[in-house]
Amino acid sequence: MVRQAAPPGAQPSPRVRRWAPLFLIGLAALALCAASSLALGARSVPLSTVVAAVFGDGHGRDALVVTGLRLPRTAVGLAVGAALGVAGAVAQGITRNALAAPTTLGINAGAGFAVVTAIYGLHLSRPAEYVWFAFAGAAAAALFAQALARRAGDIDPVRLALGGTVLQLVLLSWTSAVMLASKRTLDEARFWLAGSLAGRSLDVLWPMLPAMVLGVVLALAIGPALNALALGDDAAQSLGVPVARIRLAGGIAVVLLAGAAVAVAGPIAFIGLAAPHLVRLLLGNDHRVLIPGCLVAGPLLLLAADVLGRVVVRPAELEVGIVSAFLGAPLLAFLARKVAR
Amino acid sequence: MTANQLSTRGLELRYGAKAVVQDLDLELPGDAVTAIVGPNACGKSTLLRGLARLLDPAAGTVALDGADIHRMPARALARRMGLLPQQPVTPEAITVEALVRLGRFPHQRLLAPWSAADQAAVEAALERTGTLPLRDQHVDRLSGGQRQRAWIALALAQDTELLLLDEPTTFLDLRHQLDVLDLVADLHTDAGRTVVMVLHDLGQAARYADHMVVMKDGRPAAAGPPGEVLDAELVASVFDVDCRIVPDPETGTPLVVPRDRAGRRTAAAPA
Repeated sequence: MVRQAAPPGAQPSPRVRRWAPLFLIGLAALALCAASSLALGARSVPLSTVVAAVFGDGHGRDALVVTGLRLPRTAVGLAVGAALGVAGAVAQGITRNALAAPTTLGINAGAGFAVVTAIYGLHLSRPAEYVWFAFAGAAAAALFAQALARRAGDIDPVRLALGGTVLQLVLLSWTSAVMLASKRTLDEARFWLAGSLAGRSLDVLWPMLPAMVLGVVLALAIGPALNALALGDDAAQSLGVPVARIRLAGGIAVVLLAGAAVAVAGPIAFIGLAAPHLVRLLLGNDHRVLIPGCLVAGPLLLLAADVLGRVVVRPAELEVGIVSAFLGAPLLAFLARKVAR
Repeated sequence: MTANQLSTRGLELRYGAKAVVQDLDLELPGDAVTAIVGPNACGKSTLLRGLARLLDPAAGTVALDGADIHRMPARALARRMGLLPQQPVTPEAITVEALVRLGRFPHQRLLAPWSAADQAAVEAALERTGTLPLRDQHVDRLSGGQRQRAWIALALAQDTELLLLDEPTTFLDLRHQLDVLDLVADLHTDAGRTVVMVLHDLGQAARYADHMVVMKDGRPAAAGPPGEVLDAELVASVFDVDCRIVPDPETGTPLVVPRDRAGRRTAAAPA
């Protein structure tokens, strides 16, 4: 009466019209970030040289810097950022908690602790060897955080965030203890633990890619169910969502994605928390859009933080884990206030 | 044509070690509006959760038209039975239409596009609940009554012949309570839906339900048409309230009028 009904059989066109341009803008921004990541650093390289180097006909030191160092670094940044972003979106979806993320649930710290312990006890020295320990640590931390948060069969959001944060602090202190116990471990793990994209070769990334791809596919597959899960367990179940199975699949996706990301780059905080919130702000809360959006927003944030870390203290650089922690802490404080209200 | 008849056999529902509903044999008529009433903690909401398969029985079965609901695939059951929980979670910044579209979940397949039938069901649900003008508004900014209608629209978009409602009028003022109950009555008379709802108010239950189940301590104290079931003796034994039952001046259905307790209060108070 007040408003004309939509034409029969209408596709969700207003939505598509709204998010398609934003997606393109996001991709353009990501391309810009990737280009800056190739061009900027201790030694700035003109974009023309970058293009020439990437397409294989660049010569000289600049071209070598681009292909030998910055191209792998940027590729690692893209993959790790995407993994962390999607992991955050899924973690928030399955727990219905805006504060959930690989960092706040202690998953990153769990992977970090497991890897450092393995470096100490088993004398590992190559990131490719870290990966199984990273997965195991991530899975154990995820299970433990869930157990802490369980009350009367349901997951209490406040307990989850608090428990995860406490778990993270405990794991970080244990990690420090292990590192202080052995100088070799300290040297081996210090750089990795700060969370960095520098000096990671593509050889480290390749073995992790299948886990990341599987994690993303799982995340995309449960997207529609996560939308229903947002209505509460009872409502979701009466819509035919197998709630327990979706939570399990989502948990596996988070562990695969966060574990792989930590194995490659070390624990990097807040990308997994910030990316879903950025996308939600722009595209809304539909997980079918949110998860692909995080595939763009995650690497965008991570590469931007990485480039920033290279530029602010030139010619030295700050590890991206430090930059992202510095920028992410105020965001966490802001979100916590919003959730508490 | 299925009758949408829910029944239980020897049903036992527990929360942890506590048995809330025990050894329950119940037949709820199909093609009718059933109200489940009873005092606080009598197990009425628990029973509804059991009927909706949100709670696994410790013993016994729940059947829909003779078929055990625990043997049905989740989606198949969700295409036959919808539920409005007492306190559903409203996702942040979701619009009314986006909320109602979620009701199509059991009808959709991964990678299958949103169909004309899906859209038609959503439009019909918005129309029937009077939420068409609200479709682009955020659910968390609506009034309590509007929000409840949006949630009922979601359950309608699910397009099930059987609809379970857990205290759909809680937190609403009188006018909005009546709006919701009128809507439920229309769903039965116009759209042919079978409704099972938990209600608090006996007079409303008597007015709007064809069949009434009065629960006490996890067991049905009485079941049948409100006019036959509801009498002063039952109210006294189930609710421990001394009352008269008079015909509702509007509808003729039984109306519970508690007796004046002035004398009782002074008697109970220590001097």
